[in-house]
Amino acid sequence: MNDEISPELFEHLVSLAAFAFDPEEAEYLRRELNHQLKAVRQLEAVPLDADVPPAMHGVPYTDQTRPPLREDVWEPCDNPDEILAQAPQVEDGYIIVPDIPHTELD
Amino acid sequence: MSLFDTSAYTIAKKVRSGELSAVAVLDEALSHIQAIDGSPGTLDGDWLTNGELLTDDEKNKVHAFITLTAERARQQAVSIDARVKAGEPVGPLAGVPLTIKDIFCVRGIRTTAASRILANFTAPYTATAVERLEAADALTLGKVNLDEFTYGSSTESSAFKPSTRNPWDTTRVPGGSSGGSTASVAAGEASLSLGTDTAGSIRQPAAFCGVVGLKPTYGRVSRYGLIAFGSSLDCPGPVSRDVRDAALMLSAMAGEDSRDSTAARQPVPDYVAELDKGVKGMRIGLSPDYMQITFPDPQTGELVTQHLPDEIRQATLQAAEALAAQGAEIVEDIPMPNTAYGIPAYFVISRVEAASNLHRFDGVKYGYRTQSDFEDLHEMYRKTRAEGFGLQPKLRILMGMYVSAAQYSEQYYQRALRVRSMIRNDFEAAFDPDGAYRVDALLTPTTPTTAFKMADVYGDSVLMQYADQFTVPANHAGIPGISIPGGLDADGLPIGIQLLAPDFMEETLFRAGYAFEQATADAVWRKQRPQVLR
Repeated sequence: MNDEISPELFEHLVSLAAFAFDPEEAEYLRRELNHQLKAVRQLEAVPLDADVPPAMHGVPYTDQTRPPLREDVWEPCDNPDEILAQAPQVEDGYIIVPDIPHTELD
Repeated sequence: MSLFDTSAYTIAKKVRSGELSAVAVLDEALSHIQAIDGSPGTLDGDWLTNGELLTDDEKNKVHAFITLTAERARQQAVSIDARVKAGEPVGPLAGVPLTIKDIFCVRGIRTTAASRILANFTAPYTATAVERLEAADALTLGKVNLDEFTYGSSTESSAFKPSTRNPWDTTRVPGGSSGGSTASVAAGEASLSLGTDTAGSIRQPAAFCGVVGLKPTYGRVSRYGLIAFGSSLDCPGPVSRDVRDAALMLSAMAGEDSRDSTAARQPVPDYVAELDKGVKGMRIGLSPDYMQITFPDPQTGELVTQHLPDEIRQATLQAAEALAAQGAEIVEDIPMPNTAYGIPAYFVISRVEAASNLHRFDGVKYGYRTQSDFEDLHEMYRKTRAEGFGLQPKLRILMGMYVSAAQYSEQYYQRALRVRSMIRNDFEAAFDPDGAYRVDALLTPTTPTTAFKMADVYGDSVLMQYADQFTVPANHAGIPGISIPGGLDADGLPIGIQLLAPDFMEETLFRAGYAFEQATADAVWRKQRPQVLR
């Protein structure tokens, strides 16, 4: 079977996405990705003239319908404690993360 | 009073006049939920063996809820009754029981997206749509189940098990991703529910559960406070038991919002007042491209095209006849040649947007953080995301990253976006007032099948996605679409019919839908009740 996403390419995607899988999960996911890509390749059959633009959205986004930009005025948040209370680790109003690995640049 | 037999419109009218107390409505809703909903969804179900551990009694329940917010609803009901008694104003949804898909933030209430990664998240703010429905004096009964992060068409991918069952046949799925919303309304637990539709996630489960579901025009309802999936496709919308209730609910929540720059500055009509204008002179189109189905062969994976099941085709054609009898002009053979490319394009566009939106869940700011040891930030990210996300979000992230990678983007993402233009062009040509067809609306089936058995499709991510083949074109194009009950199949399962209209023409959908309801008010199938209410 001609898999577009090989086990090696799959491992590369997994590391980019910051995931880790056991072999059973990995096999399921890689199989589904290849099945989906088979469906996606139907798009190659669509005749596209050179002037067909990419659509980032369906409904036109015009000056008439777009809300005007707000004034650039500072608005206080009324519940910062409620927001910070959701973070797994907080100290003195700061969100704490584990050590960030560093790479020395030349 | 049974909620199943009383519309939201009638409840609000009676509560406003003092004929009915909001507290009495709430008590009725809560006792009905107690009787038929069964255990709420909780973490730790096995992803492929959903249901096998349930007792027979639980297998006959609906399981719509993740979180019941009875206390919040009681405070709302008491306040409404007090205001009615004091002669003070109350809102247009006074005392109407409402459920909310658990993908909307509600301040102070757990908001899970049906995912382990948000299972402990309490929202610090409220979504605009919810804020407006509560301001209209709806009663917030609670948060209902969905596919994890809305990624599915059966509600089975929820991390909160048992997942919701179809009230018409509890061995079947309710559809999805707004399965908890449509099941809660179909079962008479609530009169209204707030759902979201990215490829059909309101309309497909509405069809499966025999209720009304509207995907408004993109930008008609604010997305502020909606946990994002496909930001260019997501639309919050109403689920109800009849068209008038959907119109009532949309009027209460639509409109511009300074907190969502894509919420359009477009006046909100009084949709209920427009309802009985009828369909006389309205041009309604039928397209052969919505009368065939495409699906991947389970053995070979190759895509196969077949005729639509006869019962679904007949329901659609009978709806056309009923509308014609009300004065609509039916226009046949509208070409919609790019319909079949809706799902392939969606596989690309929605995954790219999902992958981008899901990077924020990292164990740092909110939600789940791995409980196991880690050396540094990167290992914490990996473990948190591996443990916190279910398989469907992982699949979508991986796909989104692949098809948008620099070396593949032209072949996949850019091409899919251009096909999206072609899909939009099909609708523009059909609706063009100076064009060849000049239709006001298109009439199609909502789904290629009725509700399927639980576990029959789940796990096959391609076949599952093809459940949305008739609904996804409207998401690509941004146009509004509604699914309304159109009959029952031989197994007694609901069939949905869909109407599609130009941008911001929801009132056309409501008028046509309401006319169809009036025309079929005495139909035998309308007298049938879901299994859980028999």
